[in-house]
Amino acid sequence: MFAYYLDLAFRSLRRNTMLTALMVLAIAVGIGASMTTLTVTHLLSGDPLPGRSQHIFYPQVDPDPKRTDDKEPYDKLDYQSAVDLWSAHRADRQAIVVDSRLKLSDPASGAPPVMSMMLSTTSDFFPMFDVPFQYGGAWSAQDDVSRARVAVISADLNQKLFAGANSVGRTLRLRNSDVRIVGVLKPWRPSPQFYMVAGGRFANGDTSDYYSKTEDVITPFFTGLEINDGSFWQFTCWSLPARTGHLQDAPCVWLGLWVQLDNAAKVADYRRFVADYAAQQKALGRFTHAGNTRMRSLMEWLDFNGVVPSDVRLQTWLSFAFLTICLFNTVGLLLAKFLRRSGEIGVRRALGASRAAVFAQCMVESAVIGLIGGLFGLLLTLLGLWLVRQQPVAYADLARLDVPMFLLTFVLAVGTSVLAGVLPALRACRVAPAWQLKTL
Amino acid sequence: MDFAPILAALRRHRTATLLIALEIALACAVLCNACFLIASRIGLMQIESGVDESSLALIRLDCDDCNSSDLNARVMAALRAVPGVQSVAAVNTLPFGERAGDNGVTIDREHYVAVPHFYLGGPGAAETLGLHLAEGQPFQPEDFRTGDVWVPADTPVWISRTLADKLWPGQSALGKEFWVTDKFHFRVVGVLAHLVRPDPGGTRGSGAAEWSVFAPMAPGKVLNGTYAIRAAPADLPRVLREARDAAQKASPEAVLDLTQSRTVSDLRSDFFRPSRIMAGMLVGVIVALLLVTALGIVGLASFWVQQRRKQIGIRRAIGATRQDILRYFQTENFLIVTGGIAVGLAMAVVLNIVLMKFYELPRLPVAYLPISAVVLWLLGQLAVLGPALRAAAVPPVVATRSV
Repeated sequence: MFAYYLDLAFRSLRRNTMLTALMVLAIAVGIGASMTTLTVTHLLSGDPLPGRSQHIFYPQVDPDPKRTDDKEPYDKLDYQSAVDLWSAHRADRQAIVVDSRLKLSDPASGAPPVMSMMLSTTSDFFPMFDVPFQYGGAWSAQDDVSRARVAVISADLNQKLFAGANSVGRTLRLRNSDVRIVGVLKPWRPSPQFYMVAGGRFANGDTSDYYSKTEDVITPFFTGLEINDGSFWQFTCWSLPARTGHLQDAPCVWLGLWVQLDNAAKVADYRRFVADYAAQQKALGRFTHAGNTRMRSLMEWLDFNGVVPSDVRLQTWLSFAFLTICLFNTVGLLLAKFLRRSGEIGVRRALGASRAAVFAQCMVESAVIGLIGGLFGLLLTLLGLWLVRQQPVAYADLARLDVPMFLLTFVLAVGTSVLAGVLPALRACRVAPAWQLKTL
Repeated sequence: MDFAPILAALRRHRTATLLIALEIALACAVLCNACFLIASRIGLMQIESGVDESSLALIRLDCDDCNSSDLNARVMAALRAVPGVQSVAAVNTLPFGERAGDNGVTIDREHYVAVPHFYLGGPGAAETLGLHLAEGQPFQPEDFRTGDVWVPADTPVWISRTLADKLWPGQSALGKEFWVTDKFHFRVVGVLAHLVRPDPGGTRGSGAAEWSVFAPMAPGKVLNGTYAIRAAPADLPRVLREARDAAQKASPEAVLDLTQSRTVSDLRSDFFRPSRIMAGMLVGVIVALLLVTALGIVGLASFWVQQRRKQIGIRRAIGATRQDILRYFQTENFLIVTGGIAVGLAMAVVLNIVLMKFYELPRLPVAYLPISAVVLWLLGQLAVLGPALRAAAVPPVVATRSV
């Protein structure tokens, strides 16, 4: 029966090509627009560490003596708090992160130096965030403490400087220091670059820079502070630092701390630990208030920072409004199409077809329209994503259709057209056979 | 025209009528807000920077370990030697360049009033940039002092008009004072008609886009590595090319920042590229939207015409002219579209309130409502014209067939 309905549907679609084309076009355009924006939103709001993000947390304390407990603490930590919390080693894993710009060159090649971003962090960073290595591996916890002159470089930089060869053991010049490469990453593109996200509240919705590529070179935290001393940027300061770019003893917040806590008991323990730390610092006189601590999970932190750029969200809403209009349009056109065939339906009913049979036939026809619309919609989505990739935004290279989104395109297209078909099909199956036969 | 028979006929086709009206309502809501978004983007793109963009370029060097005074002297001498350069000045950034520093300012050292951007400029920077002082006086040579971390603690400044209005609404800003933390004290000696921040836009709002302070400072430890050069607009591309080479040659230890060392017009065009793309996308959506709506009307109207062929024939047979039939379908469309617009305008206002809440957009100006209503009326009439003409062409003889 289904095959017969399918055959009928194609016959009917061919009979009035103009009307069919209109419906397919409406669905295709609506699907194309909404799938393009939905794919971008999906890519930008996804979980950067699937399966692990629920164990990753971002503790915050409030060192500013002039603030009170009723405000949000700053998005980053001061040096002493970060190092104290880190060196307590109370979490399963912990890493301090800070990035800075510096001059980078390959002393062997003699090519002119370039400015690049350096991430300085501690050894837990790599296992905690599941960072993939191509060659070599991370430095050791001992290297953190002994301030070893070692570095891990990105796949991009390895390609640029060493043509993708195994460069472990070679030397890189960072500003005026030589460091030994101990690891080369596989291409790694977390979206967003979650470990550096901060300050989203003050970004005025312009958060596309959170989707930048990762840093080219990663050094141990204390090593990085020494190599690039004087070039570190504060998140903010509550009074003036004595030296620009050297913030270890400055009244400034500039470091992020990430911790991994594998179960709920550990999370509760660590929350208490952070609160106790703040209370202890208050007792010591370094903090003026201790109640202002936070510990958000990774996804809560991204959400708090509103990482999806407001332009992208706006486009998504707009395209769904557009899809709704296309839906209404399709309902109207299907109504016209089905009722135009009232006579034919009357004959079928008179010959014994039940209402359910007429309804099913109409729904199959709507689904076929949706499928064809989805096919064209897919082409339009690919075109839309290609257009997104031409945009000068940090996330442009991410805009690609993945398998779930590919399937969703068809689900959405068929879903839309079936939804659109319900009302016209109900009207069609209520056609009175006697009346229609009389007017034939 | 008598509405009663039309309304009676529409009551028989409630579903289809409602569908078209709803489609029009949605289109109206989206149309109003999309047009408004486009207009606000375009408005932002046309913001006056307050500097002579067409004759300005930026040169920027990164140098961590340079002797900054020496670097400034070497590079500025090299830049001045480039043929065609009219003047060179040390600055921290220029409009549409990289942001150099926002600071929360207070009047009473306690409550933040605004967070403007602080431009710093060496001797001759104001003239090089072509800043227009609306009130107040130029800086004196002794105002240009060096600092270790930032500007000296007590600095005379110029501020933009919008910032002056924000800090001291309804008063003259000249001679007034404001603070950054409790260490830096600034005295306003001049008000600029315009000076845009490096990154106007986002959801910041149009007034805040021009919250800027321009402070004098001698080139040195704080002010180094970034220079504004001025040349005749026609000459500028060549001058910039040569200036880049000259700056790199004069400071082999530094790294020339190629993304920032550009003409201000190029920096501006790059800065607004996402806005242009967004505006283009919105235009695309509007066109597609109107097209889809029109096609929907054509489809349903054709169906109605076909369904009522016999009735049309009877009307023609008992004396209705072609004009009457044409007018009938046009009036019918007008009524449906009017209903849709009435709902749509309310929806537009609601949508705007939602957008205001989530995207800090300003309130939708009332003028957008009648304009989009007229657009939709015209669209409806245009779409129904074809089917209505076909209806008018139905001959009276149809009435006599197959009774």
